[in-house]
Amino acid sequence: MPGVAMTVNGKAVSGDVETRTLLVHFLRENLRLTGTHVGCDTSQCGACVVHVNGKAVKACTMLAVQAEGAQVTTIEGLAKDGKLHPVQAAFKEHHGLQCGFCTPGMIMTAVDMIRRIPDLDETTIRQQLEGNLCRCTGYQNIVKAIKAAADETKGALA
Amino acid sequence: MSAPIIGSAVRRKEDHRFITGQGRYTDDINRPGQAHAYFLRSPHAHAKIRSIDASEARAAKGVVAVFTGADFARDKLGGLICGWMITSKDGTPMKAGAHPALAVDTVRYVGDHVAIVIADTYAIAKDAAELVRVEYTELPSVTEPSKAQSAGAPQIHTEAPRNTIYQWELGNKAETEAAFKKAAHTVKLNVTNNRLIPNAMEPRAAVGEYDDGTSGYTLYTTSQNPHVARLVMSAFIGIAPEHKLRVVAPDVGGGFGSKIFIYAEEVVCTWAAKKVKRPVKWTAERSESFLSDAHGRDHVTSAELALDGDARITGFRVKTIANLGAYMSTFSSSVPTYLYGTLLSGQYDIPAIYCEVDAVYTNTAPVDAYRGAGRPEATFIVERIVEEAARQLKIDSAEFRRKNFVRSFPHQTPVIMNYDAGDYDASLDKALGLADYKNFPARKAEAKSRGKLRGIGFSTYIEACGLAPSAAVASLGAGVGLWESAEVRVTPTGGVEVFTGAHSHGQGHETTFAQVVAGRLGIPIENVEIVHGDTASVQFGMGTYGSRTSVGMTAISRALDKIEAKAKRIAAHVLEAAHADIVFENGEFKVAGTDRKLAFHEVALQAYLGHKFPTSEIEPGLKESAFHDPTNFTFPAGCHICEVEIDPETGVTKIVQFTAVDDFGNIINPMIVEGQVQGGIAQGIGQALHEHGVYDTESGQLVTGSYMDYTMPRADDLPDYKLGFTVTPCPSNPLGVKGCGEAGAIASPPAVINAVTDALGIKEFDMPATPARVWAAIQRTRAAAE
Amino acid sequence: MYQFQYFRPKSLDEARKLFENNGDAKFLAGGQTLIPTLKQRLAQPTALIDLGAIGGMSGIKVAGGMVTIGAATKHNEVATSVEIRKAIPALAELANHIGDPAVRHMGTLGGSIANNDPAADYPAAVLALGATIKTTSRTINADDYFTGMFETALEEGEIVTEVNFPVPEKAAYMKFPNPASRYAMVGVFVAKTKAGVRVAVTGAASCVYRESAMEAALGKSFTPDAVANIKISPSNLNGDLHGSAEYRAHLVTIMAKRAVAAANG
Repeated sequence: MPGVAMTVNGKAVSGDVETRTLLVHFLRENLRLTGTHVGCDTSQCGACVVHVNGKAVKACTMLAVQAEGAQVTTIEGLAKDGKLHPVQAAFKEHHGLQCGFCTPGMIMTAVDMIRRIPDLDETTIRQQLEGNLCRCTGYQNIVKAIKAAADETKGALA
Repeated sequence: MSAPIIGSAVRRKEDHRFITGQGRYTDDINRPGQAHAYFLRSPHAHAKIRSIDASEARAAKGVVAVFTGADFARDKLGGLICGWMITSKDGTPMKAGAHPALAVDTVRYVGDHVAIVIADTYAIAKDAAELVRVEYTELPSVTEPSKAQSAGAPQIHTEAPRNTIYQWELGNKAETEAAFKKAAHTVKLNVTNNRLIPNAMEPRAAVGEYDDGTSGYTLYTTSQNPHVARLVMSAFIGIAPEHKLRVVAPDVGGGFGSKIFIYAEEVVCTWAAKKVKRPVKWTAERSESFLSDAHGRDHVTSAELALDGDARITGFRVKTIANLGAYMSTFSSSVPTYLYGTLLSGQYDIPAIYCEVDAVYTNTAPVDAYRGAGRPEATFIVERIVEEAARQLKIDSAEFRRKNFVRSFPHQTPVIMNYDAGDYDASLDKALGLADYKNFPARKAEAKSRGKLRGIGFSTYIEACGLAPSAAVASLGAGVGLWESAEVRVTPTGGVEVFTGAHSHGQGHETTFAQVVAGRLGIPIENVEIVHGDTASVQFGMGTYGSRTSVGMTAISRALDKIEAKAKRIAAHVLEAAHADIVFENGEFKVAGTDRKLAFHEVALQAYLGHKFPTSEIEPGLKESAFHDPTNFTFPAGCHICEVEIDPETGVTKIVQFTAVDDFGNIINPMIVEGQVQGGIAQGIGQALHEHGVYDTESGQLVTGSYMDYTMPRADDLPDYKLGFTVTPCPSNPLGVKGCGEAGAIASPPAVINAVTDALGIKEFDMPATPARVWAAIQRTRAAAE
Repeated sequence: MYQFQYFRPKSLDEARKLFENNGDAKFLAGGQTLIPTLKQRLAQPTALIDLGAIGGMSGIKVAGGMVTIGAATKHNEVATSVEIRKAIPALAELANHIGDPAVRHMGTLGGSIANNDPAADYPAAVLALGATIKTTSRTINADDYFTGMFETALEEGEIVTEVNFPVPEKAAYMKFPNPASRYAMVGVFVAKTKAGVRVAVTGAASCVYRESAMEAALGKSFTPDAVANIKISPSNLNGDLHGSAEYRAHLVTIMAKRAVAAANG
């Protein structure tokens, strides 16, 4: 089995994986970072979204070996020094989650969209959520949470 | 004094772990030494298994074991069961075929379980499954409910001739026939209620474990009701006695009904754990969820309404064929019967109703409860035909409904239900205002100037939830009681642990239940912990479904009554006052008319010290439990109004406004209730516009087997909803609450389709209103007009 | 996924050699179609040759009336490129609606056109704009490149390195997405170029194709009305759960009409 090494949530990590091991399974099974979820097998639900080199990607549609040397951030790495990331806080404040299963992917997608797009409006937020499915909320409060976080941080999100 | 905690939009206690990636779902659980399972499934809709040769798979490196139905049968275990007996109109019991956990000699749908392959890793198990040689003799299949009973249809279970499980009836047949004879006007409508695939975002999963030292099993599973799973696995399947089987349903990523049922995979993983002496873990891939989660709906119905000369409904008759799939899932029989026929009166005063339902087997995945379960199907036919009647009689839809509303309570319908309270005019009025109904014609005209077809649709719905008085459901065939339990343990320092049988998988019980406790005891919500989902800690519970949280909350409320009563007795001794003089207010036990008092936590400590009261009269400690059996269903009701715009060039339907006014009685947490409504409406809109579980009628293959073909509503498919509430407190529980989880999914589909048919100017239209179907309907209308 | 060997060459030469030495190898670009295909066990390559570490494959150049995009350029880079937005806004818009944001961060132009999914978006732009496809061994005209469902003129082991898009006078792409997958059920790219009008249709048939009747009509009058009454024959179009061939044929006309309107601004 080939070895793979990368930086996950600021920590250097490595492990032996099969070449066919997906990044999401490396995170969940080798590193036991189970916050990143698998909700489908056709790359559509977005429960597995993480950031690779600062960009949102679907960890179920990337081999672990492809992430060799990459900087990976998962939902577990978002809060800093015990302080929730503004998007995390907004999801709680605006009831942007119910069962919580899609939430990590939603939050990682939201952080990425806020970084990329200044002045997010509701229509754009809904379009940008095309790759994230939620079955509980009807999306209304997810959209509200993202909008609030975007307005609050005004493009200052690192 | 701050605002009362009951009724406040308290932010959820459970959120922190979910937003930080620390939720603990079944697939997040890893047990030492665990092996991984893959289920080999039938590629055929219907076939005889001639032989299974697993020798090559068993010999593959890393494979632990392969088991088939023969292995399972050898251990003399039972099959999966359906726990609700339905009696046909001729008095015969329903005709259920066997439902083996692993197929023995026949497979009956694509995805049916053939073998379990257990290996060191999931990838190895899946690889090895390809080495299992199964020889099938294919048989003809039938997937459509309307074809299942025909003479030439293949027989799926020998026990059920013509694939007919039961032929059930409800209502007053003679009076209904008489009403039709006298009717001034009748309205007919045929509707199909499209098959849905639940798609909770967390796929089902199970980890089975056996401890030889204690001869005890543990099953971690994605369940809405772990105690019921344990009961069925123990009493009917025979895996282990209940006290040797612990079932844990940890964080569960949505259920919507699909995780009520006891499935083959969790049973087989638990059984296999002992065989292979290792924990056995299985997690569904989404494709497997599509194939093997119990689906929802799939009814074909013809209905007829009788009206007098004054546009009053005098009779209603309904004939439905319900598709139950290839096997009867855990509660499948109850869905198209007692959860369906009993709601056919809607919000209307209808003196005569008669309903007939044939339940049929087909070569499709089992069909069982899905958000609303029977009530959406009933509401759809009622609200569609009422709308059609208004159109035929050329009476405003709102006024026609108003003319027929039930206005005096309690109201006994001809179909069992006794409505206890409601104000249907209030919710209709409020919805009409929020939706700006009076200016709809102007909006329609403006849309027309842009080439768009605008339509409006109503749904004034009622549902029955809070399942349900145990004796009542027993008389209807239920194999279980539908009470709920609660245990309240007060710690010596005044913390409160509440053990509830109601499982939370998105509903926010950890918050709302804590609000009930904190509000009642006058203590900070942080001091309350809600424990659920583990048979080892919660005594027993019936679980969460059917918007029955009100039952669990009432059980807690009753346990709190006992806590308060005992604490008062202790406080009386400590304060050296007469018991009758002790009052409990704002978390303090006071001697009436004095300044002597004890805080709740002080009484808790005294209870555990046992120093200041006679322990021969009052036991030390402060822990009480209650089993609450509801005295009636709760009857949420309301009015949903949908406005659509259709692009006639493409057939795309856009929901431009959706208004929902619901009466859920008293509300514990408005934020959470709004979230439930929003999610329910999204699923209802999904059914109306997007979702459709489709089998190929020739091959019996599931055509919509992934998100490539099954349309899940996405954020940009859905609007923001305008929500409003009216309040008529529920008289049958002390909190005055009703269920709120299913209303959105029950009420919204007919509102949407009524709007679509209004926009298109057509009578019948089958869900989902996809662009292609709407476009085709427009072409048909045009062709007919030419 | 089945087992496979994985290689991450640093140069095109190395990639080519690896391909020659591995019986049934596949190149891996962004992987947004290939990995889902492998997950479904619909393909069983013996080796994956990841092109992600090869330098010089990515980038955008606009010069001399030509937009040149490296094959490894991600959809998101095309979508957000200021130069492309200026030169061929329709191309940037098209890229901005491929898949979803996460897919656009990984998926590449080269990967898309090498795969030639019948419902992919890029083939419509490549064909309508009359682009040329540069590979490790030659240059191929768009008209010769897309040969059938998931089939192209690429030889075994040949790798797309860049695509050159001539800047049109006007262009627009209109997509009617499949409601479930959001791939193009019908996508029509219209381009008014010095050489004439080109109309490419994706999603509707087994392979992207040019709609010549529309090109002729738009050549005479580049207006929505010119195509509004052109009826497309459904006989070679796809029909499925999401729409009949007749519906797709109708949508080709509607999307073409809307694309022309959009191109005219």
